Amino acid sequence: MISRFTRMGVKYGVEWWILVIGAVVILGVIAMALFAGSIAPYDPHDQNTGPQLAPPSSAHLMGTDNLQRDVFSRIIFGARTILGVAILAAIISSLVGISMGLISGYAGGGFDKALSLIIDSVYSFPGLILAITFAAMLGPGIISITFAVAVIYIPTYFRLVRGQTLTIKEELYVEAARAIGAPGRTILWQYIFPNVIATTVVVFTMNVGDAIMIEAALTYLGLGLPPSVVDWGMDLAMGKKFLPSGHWWLITFPGTMISLLALGFTMLGEGLAEILNPRLLER
Amino acid sequence: MKNLLRYVITRTLLTIPMLFILLTIVFVVVRIMPGDPVSSMLGGHAPQKVIDKKKEELGLNRPLIVQYGSYLLQICRLDLGDSMIFKQKVMDAIGDKLPATIELTFFGMLITLVVGVPLGAYAADKRRSAQDYGIRLYGIVIYCIPVYWLGLMLQMIFGIWLDIFPIAGRTGGHVFASTFEQTGFYVLDTLLMRDFSAFGDVLVHLVLPSVTLGLTLSGIFIRLTRANMLDVLKADYILAAEARGIGHRRVVYKHGLLNAFVPILTMMGLQVALLMAGALLTETTFSWPGIGRLLLERIYQRDYPTIQGVIVIFAIIVALVSLVVDIIYALIDPRVRY
Repeated sequence: MISRFTRMGVKYGVEWWILVIGAVVILGVIAMALFAGSIAPYDPHDQNTGPQLAPPSSAHLMGTDNLQRDVFSRIIFGARTILGVAILAAIISSLVGISMGLISGYAGGGFDKALSLIIDSVYSFPGLILAITFAAMLGPGIISITFAVAVIYIPTYFRLVRGQTLTIKEELYVEAARAIGAPGRTILWQYIFPNVIATTVVVFTMNVGDAIMIEAALTYLGLGLPPSVVDWGMDLAMGKKFLPSGHWWLITFPGTMISLLALGFTMLGEGLAEILNPRLLER
Repeated sequence: MKNLLRYVITRTLLTIPMLFILLTIVFVVVRIMPGDPVSSMLGGHAPQKVIDKKKEELGLNRPLIVQYGSYLLQICRLDLGDSMIFKQKVMDAIGDKLPATIELTFFGMLITLVVGVPLGAYAADKRRSAQDYGIRLYGIVIYCIPVYWLGLMLQMIFGIWLDIFPIAGRTGGHVFASTFEQTGFYVLDTLLMRDFSAFGDVLVHLVLPSVTLGLTLSGIFIRLTRANMLDVLKADYILAAEARGIGHRRVVYKHGLLNAFVPILTMMGLQVALLMAGALLTETTFSWPGIGRLLLERIYQRDYPTIQGVIVIFAIIVALVSLVVDIIYALIDPRVRY
């Protein structure tokens, strides 16, 4: 196992270690989210864990907030919200975007042109502002924030998959399948889809990294979630109020976690992109 | 020249459907999404009669298609309607705040270019060296640091601990914008009025917000510059320049970077969306009175006409910037025109 690990490192160089570091960070946060109940020293909602606004100490590793809650416990439980929303949103947008891209690219013609024009227009618009609008219109809640985040990544998958479908559908093996009388649905799902899915893996990973920052941005702006949910972005917004009085721990820890998790997914994506696409190695 | 003109006209005409689609999406999202603007504006328990009256006032009881038509007509007349909360035209509210956003994004972009382009070019020149990996690592890390958190940390370090820079607003308490305000661009206004102490104050207030915004985007520009430079440095004319005995630095940064700059310029157009999103978050973090902060304030107050108006303005800015960038690209690079 170890030798195989290092052999990969020798073969792919720095890119392999970027991938490994990213994966370790992600697994660490996933473990934190899964075992939050047994790791966290306090209940994240407990308003009586110690003194108010206490700096980090052995009793409170990351200090306490203005409501006497333990910041460390809130960080651990908060991993659930951000991971859940970001991953679910990425799944939704990939499912919708990939299907739309496949169908549009395969169907071609006016339908494809019209749909592409619409999607391209959405793609050009700032994603965060789109998400803010959706979140504001839908009102606070886990489902609406997930939906708001999901919407903005549909164009990314659509454009990628449509472009590839256009190329693949001209391939000889697709023509052969058509010649032996395979119906459109079979060609789409058994001949084109498997060839498209590989490239979406990298995009998916990067997408989750980006979705993490968008989720936290929405909750930081106070648009995403009701106050009963434990969330890093919301904790950051609250910490902001105590920044002028120098309570650094309230912003330092949630922000570090958001960046670290986003970095984990981005590094995994970068590593995957380089390793899956050797042509890029020249760079 | 004829080709250029033809290109400009075609490209401008292509902007219209894109803008039309964006405006339609804004309309659909604001009107058809669940949640009734009027009842949420009046509070959940307003009597039906009051709600109906308000709806009639705002024209919300008309069929959707009629509303849609008058919405488009209004925008064509550059009228975005009236605020539901304040006695104020939406256009005026935006006009008040837009210069602040433009000033912030301008200086932010300046810092992005100053940091991103040289570092990217240097990394490409020293490809696969420790410096290259260091710069690329910086690029990835800075990309993953949310702009709002970077802003908060800079506020903490430079505003609170070191106490060098102010952390909120466009001017200090002793400087009154009304004494110099003309265009709304404070850097320009204070210079025009030759009020140099106010000019200094305005610049000092710009430092942290524009550094925050600029650094966040610098990662992307490092990557873009590096990738483009790698392509350019492989070109024959670079080899030819080296062969003629021109100094390496001159070859890389003059012959190379100048040629890599054209694609970088186009990328700049594509980054406008990110710049807008970044500006919105920077504005909220630094209490910067721009249109991003206006949008959020009005979202909290449920002022739908203003929300819609600000998003429309964002859409128009995005469409216009990409149009302008494409035209500049065509001016610089004649190949685009054909």
